[in-house]
Amino acid sequence: MNSSKNCIFTVIFIAIIWWGLSKLNWPVIPAPCTAVKTFVSLLRSAMLIHMATSLYRILTAIFFAFCIGVPFGLLLGMEQKVDDYFSFIILLLYPIPKIVFLPVLLMLLGLGELPRIMLISTIIFFHMVITSRDAAKNLPPGSVDSIKSLGGKKCDIYIHVVIPACMPQIFTSLRISLGTALSVLFFTETFATTRGIGYFIMDAWTRADYNELFAGILGISLIGLLLFFVLDVFEKNVCKWKYVG
Amino acid sequence: MVEIENLSVEYSAKNARVKALDNINLELEDRKIYTLVGPSGSGKTSLIYSIAGLLKPTKGRIFIKGKGIEEPTMETAVILQEFGLFPWKTVEQNIALGLAIRKVDPIKTKQIVNDILEKLSLKPFSRHYPAQLSGGQKQRVAIGRALAVSPSLLLMDEPFSSLDSLTRENMQREVISLWRQNPIAILMVTHSIEEAAFLGQKIIVLSKSPGRILDVITNGGWGLRQGAAYCNTVNLIRNMLMEHIR
Repeated sequence: MNSSKNCIFTVIFIAIIWWGLSKLNWPVIPAPCTAVKTFVSLLRSAMLIHMATSLYRILTAIFFAFCIGVPFGLLLGMEQKVDDYFSFIILLLYPIPKIVFLPVLLMLLGLGELPRIMLISTIIFFHMVITSRDAAKNLPPGSVDSIKSLGGKKCDIYIHVVIPACMPQIFTSLRISLGTALSVLFFTETFATTRGIGYFIMDAWTRADYNELFAGILGISLIGLLLFFVLDVFEKNVCKWKYVG
Repeated sequence: MVEIENLSVEYSAKNARVKALDNINLELEDRKIYTLVGPSGSGKTSLIYSIAGLLKPTKGRIFIKGKGIEEPTMETAVILQEFGLFPWKTVEQNIALGLAIRKVDPIKTKQIVNDILEKLSLKPFSRHYPAQLSGGQKQRVAIGRALAVSPSLLLMDEPFSSLDSLTRENMQREVISLWRQNPIAILMVTHSIEEAAFLGQKIIVLSKSPGRILDVITNGGWGLRQGAAYCNTVNLIRNMLMEHIR
């Protein structure tokens, strides 16, 4: 109840600031109601396709980064020898801004979906690996011994201890990755495509149609909000134990 | 039940070798409660971990029912310090964990878990998470999880150290009552001489580091908190440790 109230107050607060800025008569900032009206009218035509395309790209990228990054990170956290071998490679690759490889990926993999998804995936893959590895290295003391004392083997340690214990940090990593993924998504959609919310915003900008530009911003914000909400619901179901006591 | 022959345990710590246990020879009988006391750093936890198969001895061997111990066996169950419960599992799931790992039939598992919940008065909390339980309840869940796998030997590493004194006394009584219903061998580490004297039918006294056995006392005051026999045992252990430390 409290969080819904907070949410409503935040939306009202942002709308007031936005409305105040629009009153300064800068043509680049339309009034909130104009942007919302444009957004709703565009929903009947192109907006839904652009939003669906962006949603598809971001979900696919997160899915692959999660499926590869989390198990790999957990393995690094639990197996010292594997960590010794790979940690240097990760340390070396992590600071490189992967976004600069977009032109290379476009040339190598063509102008389709693959290079865009791959770039987003690669960037958030590193978040996932590092967070999962650190979470696995900081398991509650004695938890592995508890499982071993009950006769647990390596797979039991992963199933009953490592994965559930690391889930809260993995969700935090997903949230942070989501923000990054949305920014990278916008960038990847500004090149060699005519679909996606990033393309829609840049197209509106070049036509100096600021109502549509802000409708696009509303669209990408709604995608972000929706994904955050879904993550929240998932976390509250998967990590129920965190919300008791 | 348990035979320990020339057991020594050494650790590597900061480029140095630390000897935790030195030449321990000990026999534990079936259906008896043993308590293990000694100064800090005397290797009490190392001894429990070695018997549980969680720690490889540097020297010597441990046999449980005649079989050499290389890794944790089905014969033992361990209750570690701070209960060792998993916060992400409910009371029911924590108790059933050992059975799930040992691939016991789910219907039988449910039956065993229900019996234990009943016996330990945990039925109303079966779907609670550990964070929703008091210290005493958490300890009962830890005992329940250990008993669920029907061990022949229950190892407890300072199980009551984080409980308040009243809950601690209740838990001590509960251990004796559970043991009377199901008399298995129990080896319990404790810092408290009074607890050792109340719970241990035999009390193993360890020396300061590296741990050696000073004595194994047959306790005339078992299950008592007062009276001459109890006081004699407490004084005997206290004097032995004081003299040794001096």
